[in-house]
Amino acid sequence: MEKPFRRRDLLGIRNLSADEIVGILNTAENFREINSREIKKVPTLRGKTVINLFFESSTRTRTSFELAAKRLSADAVNISVSSSALTKGETLLDTAMNLDAMSPDCIVVRHASAGVPHQLAKVSKAAIVNAGDGANEHPTQALLDAMTIREHKGKIDGLEVAIVGDILHSRVARSNIHLLTKLGAKVRVAGPKTLVPDDFAHLVEKNLFVSKNIEEAIEGADVVMILRIQKERQDSAYFPTLREYSIHYGLTNERLNLAKSDAIVLHPGPMNRGIEIASEVADSSRSLILDQVKYGVAVRMAVLYLATGGNPS
Amino acid sequence: MKLLITGGHLIDPTEGQNSGKNLLIEDGKVTAWLNQNESAPEDAEVFDATGLIVAPGFIDLHVHLREPGQEHKETIASGCAAAAAGGFTSVCPMPNTSPINDNAAITRYMIEQARTAGLANVFPVGAITKSSDGAELAEMGEMKAAGAVAVSDDGRPVPNARMMRRAMEYAKDFDLPVVDHCEDKSLSSGGVMHEGKLSLLLGLKGMPALAEELDVVRDIILAKETGAHFHIAHVSTKGAVEAVRRAKNEGINVTCEVTPHHFTLIDKAVEGYDTNTKMSPPLRSEEHLEAILEALKDGTIDAIATDHAPHHADEKALEYDRAPFGITGLETAVGLAFNELVHKGIINLVRLIELCSTNPAKIFKLKDRGTLKVDSIADITILDPDLNWTYNISDSKSKSKNSPFDAWQFAGAAVAAIVDGKIVYRK
Repeated sequence: MEKPFRRRDLLGIRNLSADEIVGILNTAENFREINSREIKKVPTLRGKTVINLFFESSTRTRTSFELAAKRLSADAVNISVSSSALTKGETLLDTAMNLDAMSPDCIVVRHASAGVPHQLAKVSKAAIVNAGDGANEHPTQALLDAMTIREHKGKIDGLEVAIVGDILHSRVARSNIHLLTKLGAKVRVAGPKTLVPDDFAHLVEKNLFVSKNIEEAIEGADVVMILRIQKERQDSAYFPTLREYSIHYGLTNERLNLAKSDAIVLHPGPMNRGIEIASEVADSSRSLILDQVKYGVAVRMAVLYLATGGNPS
Repeated sequence: MKLLITGGHLIDPTEGQNSGKNLLIEDGKVTAWLNQNESAPEDAEVFDATGLIVAPGFIDLHVHLREPGQEHKETIASGCAAAAAGGFTSVCPMPNTSPINDNAAITRYMIEQARTAGLANVFPVGAITKSSDGAELAEMGEMKAAGAVAVSDDGRPVPNARMMRRAMEYAKDFDLPVVDHCEDKSLSSGGVMHEGKLSLLLGLKGMPALAEELDVVRDIILAKETGAHFHIAHVSTKGAVEAVRRAKNEGINVTCEVTPHHFTLIDKAVEGYDTNTKMSPPLRSEEHLEAILEALKDGTIDAIATDHAPHHADEKALEYDRAPFGITGLETAVGLAFNELVHKGIINLVRLIELCSTNPAKIFKLKDRGTLKVDSIADITILDPDLNWTYNISDSKSKSKNSPFDAWQFAGAAVAAIVDGKIVYRK
């Protein structure tokens, strides 16, 4: 469907060019300052409507999108799955078309099934922003991670980045792999073979490597990104126990010492302390987990602004 | 009632026939092959097939007609109309109706509904186990007596080797082929597309080729052990066709079919998350497609079958991982075979007719079909190898419109279908 003039979907990082990614990051830089003002509100999106359509529970991402919309003076409506029409037997597309009929400017969608934002984008007039779809992508998370890295390393091009954990089921990993490799970082992924299939090496054309083990991935890294491990993967025989996972794949100070001395640690949250990341690492000065959350609001302000017709800086 | 098909190019692989002949049909049977200058009865209705190919009627070994029980997706009448429009004079519906076709009464009902519709022959495939739940054998002998031509638990493949062994032993007594949708669900359950680079990229759960291949190999070993005729439904992987090739060389009684979508599309089609690219087995990667084409070329694959699987638009308008598996296929099969196989030089016309008529008739032992020799039943498919046409899903005779081939352009079509000597479809 033809979208109104200049209205843009953000379905994933995969289909963005490096220039487009940098454009979003630069726009986010401009919005950042608003979040540290005493009066955290500008009229940029006054009169625009943003619907946060969350089919999967989320505290951080939903709050972040809601604050982003409100700080730009857009009207934000939150719909969560428990109160949705889907439980009344309505199909996903019917729900989307009904919401679209109320003329929102942007629908932010999170869903447990990969591809839902793409399906909605085909039928909606509103811009669709992907806030996480199954194991596919979580573009705003990758953008806020990139903003955090740029802030602390001054660049992304040429950095060595280790991504460790359940790559197979991670939309955060996918979006980060696309973003970081497009911007010239070298990405190594590692974790139990059951969760890091060798085929991952072919996911993108260049700059991506599957490491033999977590130590190899971390060695000499500028950035170590740790993914959340879920208990349900243990039940499906991807690894024996969380205890064993923490011993062999958890990020401890000892393992982190293999990285560059000024390496930073990122985690998309929510953290399982003592499992994929030791508390001593999570609470250390190298951990930028709260910076990530902070930059999340600026990134989402930029995304909402661009999706509803704004120009990139 | 007499029908004279004049001016056509008659291809009948069972008789080694491949040249111009007129065909005389009386009371539903082929009564004479005439040279094109030979005189014919003047009271016969004339079908001018000048410039066209006259072939024994196409037989689809694998369809889902949804009746009884899911008539909102398809009825036997609407499915037979789609069959005729696609050039198929006979179709073999799988037993996953509601209730399951696991007894003679349902088998008889399906045949009766088809007779009433009068558009195509229906040869039902009965269930292997009661309710296709894998626990107890269904009454195969009774179903055969009622008209069933094979047994299968199709989408709910027999998970247990002991049951499959018993089924093969028992079916052999009744000369019934055992058809298996080969899928080890312990490896594929929850999966929605081929496992590989694309499934990783799209974040969708994969169904590994391994799941199909392990079951194919298990069943081949069981067929060797029992001597039963094992027919593999919709083969889709490189390893599976390699296993079939080896089994055939060993003299094991195994045959297999391939769907048009598996010789046409690959998993890349899933990008965009269109649920009309979701089927089981899934669209595989390039390497598997190449192996399928090779197996079509060298004779390892015996038949083309559509796995026509109608689903209502509401059921397909779901999240990719929640939508049902399957696409319609009866009306696009011949067009795809011309586009992808004949015109690309993978197979010739004679082989196409073997794959769509001669061999299917042999596999399910359909007497006097798959041939046009004198005294055979006058089921005939007329082909125009060069007709350019566009498939428009809104014109489909099927009640469901779940095809990824909407708006595709084809060169080559079935332009008429004749069942029992009666013209049931003309394009």
